Amino acid sequence: MFTRKSPFALLLAVAFGAGTACAETPGLGKPINEADITAWNIDVLPDGTGLPPGSGAATQGAAIYSQKCAMCHGENGVNPAAGILPLVGPSKFDRIDTMKTVPYYKYATTLFDVIRRSMPYQMPKTLTNDELYALSAYILSLNKIIGENDVMDTKTLPQVKMPNRDNFIIWAPDKI
Amino acid sequence: MTIRKRRKAPPEPVAGNGLLDRRALLGRGIVFAGATTTGVGTLLTGAAADPLKNDPWSLEMGSVVPAYQVPSRFEKDVIRTRSNPNNEFRNSHARTPHHLLQGTVTPNGLFFSISHSGLPDIDPAQHKLVIHGLVKQPLVYTVESLSRYPMVTRMHFLECSGNSAPMFSNEPVQATAQALHGLCSNAEWTGVLLSTLLEETGIDPKAKWLLAEGADSLALHRSVPVKKALDDAMIALYQNGERVQPGNGYPMRLLLPGYQGNMNVKHVRRIKLIDQPAMSFFESKTYSQILPNGKMWLFHFLQEVKSFITHPSFGHSLNGPGYYEISGIAYSGNGRISKVMVSADGGKSWAQAALQAPVLPKAFTRFRMPWRWDGQPAVLQSRAWDESGEVQPLRADFVAARGQTSKPVTNPLAFPNQHYNSITSWGVDSSGGIKHVYA
Repeated sequence: MFTRKSPFALLLAVAFGAGTACAETPGLGKPINEADITAWNIDVLPDGTGLPPGSGAATQGAAIYSQKCAMCHGENGVNPAAGILPLVGPSKFDRIDTMKTVPYYKYATTLFDVIRRSMPYQMPKTLTNDELYALSAYILSLNKIIGENDVMDTKTLPQVKMPNRDNFIIWAPDKI
Repeated sequence: MTIRKRRKAPPEPVAGNGLLDRRALLGRGIVFAGATTTGVGTLLTGAAADPLKNDPWSLEMGSVVPAYQVPSRFEKDVIRTRSNPNNEFRNSHARTPHHLLQGTVTPNGLFFSISHSGLPDIDPAQHKLVIHGLVKQPLVYTVESLSRYPMVTRMHFLECSGNSAPMFSNEPVQATAQALHGLCSNAEWTGVLLSTLLEETGIDPKAKWLLAEGADSLALHRSVPVKKALDDAMIALYQNGERVQPGNGYPMRLLLPGYQGNMNVKHVRRIKLIDQPAMSFFESKTYSQILPNGKMWLFHFLQEVKSFITHPSFGHSLNGPGYYEISGIAYSGNGRISKVMVSADGGKSWAQAALQAPVLPKAFTRFRMPWRWDGQPAVLQSRAWDESGEVQPLRADFVAARGQTSKPVTNPLAFPNQHYNSITSWGVDSSGGIKHVYA
């Protein structure tokens, strides 16, 4: 029961620094290549790391939105179904309970990422990369953050300047 | 250690409106009943009890014990309240009935749960956890392989940072401790320390954060500082001795003691070491707080020191003047609770409550305070301190720093803001009725 199936993993173990005890660990994790994690490795970081190839503009996104998003989030991102937030909302947050929608985000990559991993709610992870860019462009354009004809792709999306970006402060930097 | 002499007389009040010395709760020497110096009646001075008789259940065999037992049918109201009882196509919350529970451990069936896309029906034999990104060697773990790892068992609370959100209302919402504070619970968790697994994958020094992601349909993900991951983070497999409940992350969840509930990613399937925070949907929007000065907090991860009285509280009523025990729960994401003070006069005077041992770090601590109610209006409050020296803020100070709504909150399920950890006040009227008040 205590035999080690994977001494390979143990060889790769590293200590965290001087003074940290490095007790023997079971080494039962199976090595995997990054390539074999692709189906799960869908996160997009604020600097654009992880954005897939592809592109789209608001005009293309509007049609996809009507078909796949509007039934919950409302036509044009307003008047959503009960219990669901709209996608268009204020970009000024002067009350502690101001509704937070897309203009609240610090980075546009957050929008692309959440659509990619979570949406459409009833069949997530089914949109093509071009559809993801087009929908992101459409929702940003509904909020007047970009223009109707602005094309979103790996270069342009991370460069979108979100209206609320400079208003965030880190609660306790020493704890990070 | 000095042995105190037992007092012969009933305890005298130590703070306004009848709070008694907490030491009255220790040992067996204090006589509450019988003749009191104040002349206030107690239960034993009332009418005599009826003659005793055998009830039907004492005269026949009961039901045979079941395979998995559930509470008595008479406890049918001790259940979680649900935000989505009609099974609509959206998120659902279930709140812990604090006002109907005692002690510190939340039973698994009553542990709070929030699901943003329903509970996934995960086959534990198929579930995998991958750790990758800025590591020396990406590794995949299964429930079976983790079951062979050294485990730790620790008592910790979990709290949604939206817990107590109705308390941001500018007028007190009339609701139970369950409705106000039911998005926090406490359990004994058993699992493998994340640091053990990261020791096996190795960490690239460039990694400052990790992204934890669930196997749910949203693939909910949050960014966690590596510093926290190496401190006391756990891949939890067991909750109060049995496998983690589906609503709490079956078959494994990330546990970040003292950090906001949403970060404790349920059904965790992927941990990726990264050099920057992912700025996920939940950390970018929902769990970022708007401050009255127009700025917004990011990364307010810690659940700060907090307490509230559960007994008596809204939904209870006092059955005449006399002796009662005030009790409640206190906890802090910083560590152990060091002190809880209780007031029965709306904060004019305070007395120190007894803390039920063991007082564990980042876990519920039950506090108790003996109280002789004289039948006059009273306002009950508790205030907690933790071992780091943090103190639960008074409401006026909290509102000055964090704000309140401009209009009353009418729906207790609403989340006008996040991270409320100020005082809760229960107003007792002369008929024994209890309201939620601000004081």
